[in-house]
Amino acid sequence: MDLSAINPVLLIASLMVAATPLLLAAIGELVVEKSGVLNLGVEGMMIVGAIAGFAAAVETGSPLLGFVAAAIAGALLSLLFVIMTQVALANQVASGLALTLFGLGLSALMGQKYVGVKPPQMGRIDIPVLSDLPVFGRILFGHDVVLYFGIALTAAVWAVLKYSRVGLILRAVGENHDAAHALGYKVVKIRTLAILFGGACAGLGGAYISLIRVPQWTEGMTAGIGWIALALVVFASWKPWRALLGAYLFGGVTVVQLNLQAAGVAIPVEYLAMSPYLITILVLVILSADKSSAPASLGRSFHASR
Amino acid sequence: MIRLEKRPQPSRAWSMATPLVAVLATMVMGGLLFATLGKNPVEAIRTIFWEPLFGEFAFYYRPQLLVKGAPLVLIAIGLSLGFRAGIWNIGAEGQYIIGALTGAGVGLAFYPTESWIIFPLMVLAGAFGGWAWAMIPAVLKTRFGTNEILVSLMLVYVAEQLLASMSLGLMKNPEGFGFPGSRNLQQYDSAHNAELIAGTGMHWGVVAALIAVIFSYVLLNRHMLGYHIRLTGEAPRAAKFAGVKPARLILFCLGASGALAGLAGMFEVSGPSGQVSIDFNVGYGFTAIIVAFLGRLHPVGILLAGALMALTYIGGDIAQGNLGLPSAAIQVFQGMLLFFLLALDLLTNYRIAIGKPEVA
Repeated sequence: MDLSAINPVLLIASLMVAATPLLLAAIGELVVEKSGVLNLGVEGMMIVGAIAGFAAAVETGSPLLGFVAAAIAGALLSLLFVIMTQVALANQVASGLALTLFGLGLSALMGQKYVGVKPPQMGRIDIPVLSDLPVFGRILFGHDVVLYFGIALTAAVWAVLKYSRVGLILRAVGENHDAAHALGYKVVKIRTLAILFGGACAGLGGAYISLIRVPQWTEGMTAGIGWIALALVVFASWKPWRALLGAYLFGGVTVVQLNLQAAGVAIPVEYLAMSPYLITILVLVILSADKSSAPASLGRSFHASR
Repeated sequence: MIRLEKRPQPSRAWSMATPLVAVLATMVMGGLLFATLGKNPVEAIRTIFWEPLFGEFAFYYRPQLLVKGAPLVLIAIGLSLGFRAGIWNIGAEGQYIIGALTGAGVGLAFYPTESWIIFPLMVLAGAFGGWAWAMIPAVLKTRFGTNEILVSLMLVYVAEQLLASMSLGLMKNPEGFGFPGSRNLQQYDSAHNAELIAGTGMHWGVVAALIAVIFSYVLLNRHMLGYHIRLTGEAPRAAKFAGVKPARLILFCLGASGALAGLAGMFEVSGPSGQVSIDFNVGYGFTAIIVAFLGRLHPVGILLAGALMALTYIGGDIAQGNLGLPSAAIQVFQGMLLFFLLALDLLTNYRIAIGKPEVA
């Protein structure tokens, strides 16, 4: 065992990379849940985003176009969820599960040609002086664009939810859809937009895994990150900044266990690989005592003619 | 203008018809999917649904129907109890793995002793393993209010790692020349879940699945506990007034589904699969969710749905061999079926009305 091989600066830098897919998916789902909809299909939308982004990036040679395609693919898949839950008024839990099962199959089908292919590299932003700073240069600067986009998105969602009229309407719909409907807001339309936003974010998160974090395509490569993102929303008690904190915490656990595996710690690899899931459960247990901050209409179907 | 009108009572006719309509719709959409993959859609659908039952090699495939259908029905029956009461056990795959591990573990511990008692002990151990694994989300939910969906799902990934660790470590065959995987239980008579009638595919798991169907039917229709389960799902407020204790219901529903999933895993590992290996689990726990919904959460429906889903597995395998249809296409096909089913359920509870609504 050689713990000195672990470089703390690189550790923090890779922690930020590991956290970004979680953050993107969780912020998207946070907005969805704020509107009163529980979409359990995050894992499915992520994996479809992962392969759509990967395929688009390989075909066009541009990782950025890949991310655009991933967002579109995620939103398209979430459109299915819209049809199920907002038009056909199906059970949200079951529909979300269906979305995940369908997405896993669809991604495997789409990805057959792409196993073993190398995607085009995403350039890092290199700011001449800042990136060369000792310690902080590597941690704060010199990442890819999408990582900063994730943080900016968190800030934007926070500001919109807290200070804008749009955010207020979204929260009203999520807290009490009947009251919001009585005030004349289009509940179904607002929820549809929120679900599409969540789908696009999950797609981006998926593409971040296949294009930057790993980067290659393998079946089922999201390996439960979509589900951890769902847990993260509970962890964050529906607050964007706490989602960022949570994502970095989970990213940290993942990176540390990978580093311990590489350093050859005496704990068997399989037990280290379990740790992110076990810690998710632990965190859920600690935090689920307080449910007061959950949107009041979460998971309930809305039908106007009553 | 097309609008939805809520029916005063759910339509019984539509409730029976939706699974059939959903299967037909899936066949049409699946055919389109296969066509885009460059396969002859009619040929593909025929290979999946006709070939295993009445084709040239049906004598080989028909027994497979029982082998693949039994774990699906066994797991889905357990899941349906919880789903009816709004308790979502999504981690059946994990409970299935743990049941296989504990069941096989007991069998392997006795190796090479031969005794009739070993197999019954393995059955108990398998059920206990699955039950214990499902008790984790159940107890966390009743004690701390933790979401059972997320916890049971996280435990699937934990179980998968445990399976890998076991097949590479503790349960590895000492005479296996270093290959991963345990001893083959098919070669150990006392632990082998053999076919009861040779050549039919009928093994103890099939018997257990049939017993589970009967028990669940009696429970839901003739027993107070079953009534409470249905009441909690259909009218939660009324259930509260009737004095239904939610904690007891959660423990029962998750425990029962865990035990049944564990049994399914145990019968699989000691029979058709034969050994504990890294790729032992093939997603029965997740497909069983589709089976439960396709069977309308009704025991008899689940039996039929399990047979149908087993058919798509076998037919998918044939189509893979004969037509080069990718195995993922079948997964998409099964997912599609669940979508159609859930969406068409609308017609059970709502009626589509055309024309202007009357002014109240």
